[in-house]
Amino acid sequence: MKNSSRRGFMGKAFGAVAGVGAVASLYAMKKSWDPLPSVKAAGFTTLDMTIYEENVMVTEKWRGKPIFVLKKSAAVMEKEKGNAAAEARNIKIGDDNFMIAIGLCTHLGCIPAFREDEGNFLCACHGGMFDASGLVLKVPPPRGFDIPPFKIDGNKLILGEVGPEYKTMKDNGVTL
Amino acid sequence: MAHFTKATSVKDWLNQRLAVEKVEKVMMSEYWIPKNINFLWAMGMVLVVTFALLVVSGIFLLMYYVPTTADAFYSVNYTIMREVDFGWLWRHVHGVAASVVFLIIYIHMFTGIYYGSYKKGREMIWISGMLLFVAFSAEAFSGYMLPWGQMSYWAGMVITNLFSGGSLHADGLVEWIRGDYVPAQAFLGRFFMLHVLLLPLAIMGLIGLHFGALRIPHVNNQDGEEIDFDAEAKKYLDGDKAGSKVMRFANDFMSKDMMVVGVYLIFFFYLVFYNYGFAMDPVNFDPADGLKTPAHIYPEWYFLWSYEILRPFSIDLGLILFAFAQVIFVLLPFLDRSPNTVPANRRGLFAIWFWVMLANMIVLTAMGKLPPEEPFSTIGFYSAIIFVAQWLLLPIITMFEKKV
Repeated sequence: MKNSSRRGFMGKAFGAVAGVGAVASLYAMKKSWDPLPSVKAAGFTTLDMTIYEENVMVTEKWRGKPIFVLKKSAAVMEKEKGNAAAEARNIKIGDDNFMIAIGLCTHLGCIPAFREDEGNFLCACHGGMFDASGLVLKVPPPRGFDIPPFKIDGNKLILGEVGPEYKTMKDNGVTL
Repeated sequence: MAHFTKATSVKDWLNQRLAVEKVEKVMMSEYWIPKNINFLWAMGMVLVVTFALLVVSGIFLLMYYVPTTADAFYSVNYTIMREVDFGWLWRHVHGVAASVVFLIIYIHMFTGIYYGSYKKGREMIWISGMLLFVAFSAEAFSGYMLPWGQMSYWAGMVITNLFSGGSLHADGLVEWIRGDYVPAQAFLGRFFMLHVLLLPLAIMGLIGLHFGALRIPHVNNQDGEEIDFDAEAKKYLDGDKAGSKVMRFANDFMSKDMMVVGVYLIFFFYLVFYNYGFAMDPVNFDPADGLKTPAHIYPEWYFLWSYEILRPFSIDLGLILFAFAQVIFVLLPFLDRSPNTVPANRRGLFAIWFWVMLANMIVLTAMGKLPPEEPFSTIGFYSAIIFVAQWLLLPIITMFEKKV
């Protein structure tokens, strides 16, 4: 009896030591898979918004992700009128109106192609479609394009920084 | 210490230290296999041989492959393919074997389903086999990342995005898996490690479990007959070889096994030398570019059926059905409520269930390869529904199955 309880104690003591070690090493393993500080710090992209032409879709790059920049024409703005969801996503810089979004399908992250003639986006992976404001036209994507954090600075746009316009969008659930 | 005597031969010397004779008996000459089986019972050995080909060709590729985003593509497409003598051979053997191994796995699986080889004591064989299927799938996917071509990159993007869980938006989890916002160096490095070390270790361990799971229930036979292996083995050892229902694993069963392996290898090397193109996607001969999605992304053929179950639905439902398709085969021994261990053709409704399942998975595979347009989307949609409905119906139709 005495022996077995002594063995029991040793078993529990080992279990405790091993348990602490296991949790600690799992923590270290988890942290080793985290994005590196250099990756996280990889920066901010500044765009000069005066260089874009109407209805020409330009893809910029921010944190390795494609950023769609589409300067909207008066016709597109006319079409958007009254559509609250589309108007809420509009980014106004000076007198120009832009659709700026992360160019990844919100379904599984393929890059949808802009179709100039139709004025919309089609994702080749699973057939999802988005309109010129970045809203979903056809499933499977669950929501419109995500909008990257941005700050408007005169004619410049800084991606990665949170400006008041972006904060409003985020607070209103326009983007994730 | 055990008592050792002066050895009379090399074999005796080894016998005293390693019991080689005993091991040989347990593993080979007195490991009993039923006689009433057919060539489909050779698929296990065909898989062992294919896995060996993958390991050997992989070792040679590993010596020249460079796991960095800057050099990976060129180390494969230039160094290995152009500079290394016979580098092309290892690459084509590796690529073809990775594709063909799934064909054999599917044949092996459906053989098991047809003959009821997952029932009454053989559940662990089935479960360990399905775990092997999962491990092979992960191995195939991680290997597909390594050439760092366009398909590698975009398949990596799409598959890791699955872990965001749709509306759960677990983007942190996706970034953790990638080690970056997009697939990049951290991603390539860890998938390289998984492909050449951790997953092969897991596969080897699971193969051991799979073989171990066979020892007690033994291999099933064509009629699902319950054989008294001890009695039949005794009959065989007493000299009544013709009357016994079993034979030795080696050399009796092995000789036929290796005959099938021989035929298979001729087919295999025909593919390697003359028809390797199916295992080498042309899109993957463009280096990875994070700003350009290929016009049409599809997985390798062996993942198409489950990919097609994901595709026609909104993201959450699609993910749920996709997850369902991934795990449901594991539960087969418990969803099949019938006590009969006989071939499907003697099980009434189950026979229909089996052939519809097989045909439907071929349809799903075909639709997954085609672009997401009409009429393929609609066909894929209904096929996906049939797939799910069949699994929901399985416990019901097997519950009412008559005892054979």
